[in-house]
Amino acid sequence: MLKKLSLATVSAVALASGAFAAGDAGHTHDVDFSYEGPFGTYDQNQLQRGLKIYTEVCSSCHGLKFVPLRTLADEGGPALPEDQMKAYATAFPINDELSNPQLFDKDLEEYRTLKPTDNFPALYSANAPDLSLMAKARAGFHGPLGSGINQLMKGIGGAEYIASLMTGYTGEEKEEAGTTFYENTAFPGGWISMAPPLYGEDVDFADGHSNELHHEAEDVAAFLRWTAEPHQDARKRTGFVAVFFLVILTVLLYLTNKRIWAPIKRKD
Amino acid sequence: MAGIPHDHYEPKSGGEKWLHSRLPIVGLAYDTLMIPTPKNLNWMWIWGIVLAFCLVLQIVTGIVLAMHYTPHVDLAFASVEHITRNVNGGYMLRYLHANGASLFFVAVYAHIFRGLYYGSYKAPREITWIIGMIIYLAMMGTAFMGYVLPWGQMSFWGATVITGLFGAIPGIGEMLQTWLLGGPAVDNATLNRFFSLHYLLPFVIAGLVAVHIWAFHTTGNSNPTGVEVRRTSKEDAAKDTVPFWPYFVMKDLFALGVIMIVFWAVVGFMPNFLGHPDNYIEANALATPAHIVPEWYFLPFYAILRAFTADVWAVQLVSFLTAGIVDAKFFGVAAMFGSIAVMALAPWLDTSSVRSGRYRPMFKWWFALLVLDFFVLMWVGAMPTDEPFATISLIASAYWFAYFLVILPLLGVIEKPLARPATIEEDFDSHYPAKDKGSDTVAAPAE
Repeated sequence: MLKKLSLATVSAVALASGAFAAGDAGHTHDVDFSYEGPFGTYDQNQLQRGLKIYTEVCSSCHGLKFVPLRTLADEGGPALPEDQMKAYATAFPINDELSNPQLFDKDLEEYRTLKPTDNFPALYSANAPDLSLMAKARAGFHGPLGSGINQLMKGIGGAEYIASLMTGYTGEEKEEAGTTFYENTAFPGGWISMAPPLYGEDVDFADGHSNELHHEAEDVAAFLRWTAEPHQDARKRTGFVAVFFLVILTVLLYLTNKRIWAPIKRKD
Repeated sequence: MAGIPHDHYEPKSGGEKWLHSRLPIVGLAYDTLMIPTPKNLNWMWIWGIVLAFCLVLQIVTGIVLAMHYTPHVDLAFASVEHITRNVNGGYMLRYLHANGASLFFVAVYAHIFRGLYYGSYKAPREITWIIGMIIYLAMMGTAFMGYVLPWGQMSFWGATVITGLFGAIPGIGEMLQTWLLGGPAVDNATLNRFFSLHYLLPFVIAGLVAVHIWAFHTTGNSNPTGVEVRRTSKEDAAKDTVPFWPYFVMKDLFALGVIMIVFWAVVGFMPNFLGHPDNYIEANALATPAHIVPEWYFLPFYAILRAFTADVWAVQLVSFLTAGIVDAKFFGVAAMFGSIAVMALAPWLDTSSVRSGRYRPMFKWWFALLVLDFFVLMWVGAMPTDEPFATISLIASAYWFAYFLVILPLLGVIEKPLARPATIEEDFDSHYPAKDKGSDTVAAPAE
């Protein structure tokens, strides 16, 4: 009976973990991102497209204050060439100076331009959340019944939530206490104060990649997933190497254990 | 030192004798490693090694994490992001540490339930059991305070809810809560002391683990039959046991290897599965999350805490009898700590003279129900407090107490246990029968 205990413990862990954040969550549709599964990696082109969408659209209201600009050149990320990354950093505008006191140059008595070693600037003035970790701060999938099976099969779903949110606007609007709310099928509660940020064909890609709404939504979601989990590719590689060598070690330990117990168990 | 008779370390060379007469440290290491261990231990006896490994893993990764972490309300969240983004290998360190806590609790629950099934807590191992329970409490304190350190939303609100429990104690509660927090609410003082204690407690645990091991090395390991090792002579003891090294060291390392494969797969491929998305939002005292849920390993006891609401008749009765001093909130807190206290008292609540559940036909079923009950509590602890979850958690909480306070004492009286083997050797031989002498002599001169 007790042998089943350890197995039951593991399944209960799975059971309990997915139970969070039930309630009247919106609808998140599943997207097959390239980075899913133990061997999935980020699609560098997709991250670059997402970066472009963030730069041209999202960045006017949302900051990315935990993301160092230099990491845009990192392998396993958008992997911009070094010179492009530097040019991008220096050209990036500081929309909200008061939120970024670290950029104030006391000698010049003015805000300096960004350097690759800086993070993306913070942006609080638009009253919009920082997006650095958004793809990990939202659960797209829940249940069923707190079992965590959906999250085990489809992932936690933060990026899927973002993509669903971008495409979830129904076009309905309402005004409450001077604020306009927009109906969105993905947003918990159904009404969001963010106006639809993407309509399709908002940005043009140099390689002529589709800029239809659902493509843009997935691209920016993938990019934000990278900003939340920048070392994912390296982490999976480490995990794979660890599992590979542990399997070899464990087989050897099994054989050793069997061999030394054989005389005790009278099997030799 | 009393113990199972076995060969002790004999210093041979002059240098060994010189050291041994001044500090018998080699002898201590030898006796510890060569301790006679019942040879019939099954796979549920591997969790001790896993727990020791977890403690080392958490201390090593934790010390390095502390080199890069900043315990300040304005900087803590950003410093954790700094660790995962900029520190070399920091993303692995952090995920190893966070998931290491989960593995620690998987192992400790398996270890505890093994003890409950095989009656490991019974005389003469009560001290081992009590120390184990203290270690478990220290683990919960350490894990709780560690979860506050990243200063996410769940960290902050979890800390607020749990420290609020102390505020429910009648009379001194509010004072106690303020003293614990270092102020009227969870703030910088709280974060700083939690960091300090989170660093201290693991070393307290390490000390307790040494005493835990010392205690059961004196009484000898328990085993699946519950029959004691014969201590009449070295030869008799040797028939029931094998030395810990190499037999159980290799067995435990193999088991640890299997568990490590699963653990590293989780850390490498799905490190956030057991976490909560809300903890990737920086702590905000002005925005309460929709559901405040503790980590999975606290859920069973969180469910017991929430089960006793003001409309439960037992709560109303106690409240009436104490003229309202004990309200529903305090009742819940007392129930939560009481649920662990009754477990600690198991050596005195269990009246059966038979140690192992293997030979207790009725006990088996009640125990299976307790395991199921534990998982039901874990599940319902993560659910909202409305129906049907309120009733389920109340029934499940009631069974937890009934098992220890009613069923264990009663079973010892009414149950008729099965026949037990006389010795461990007999049990072992029934699994691995001796080859008859004839085939042995034929096999020997075969070359």
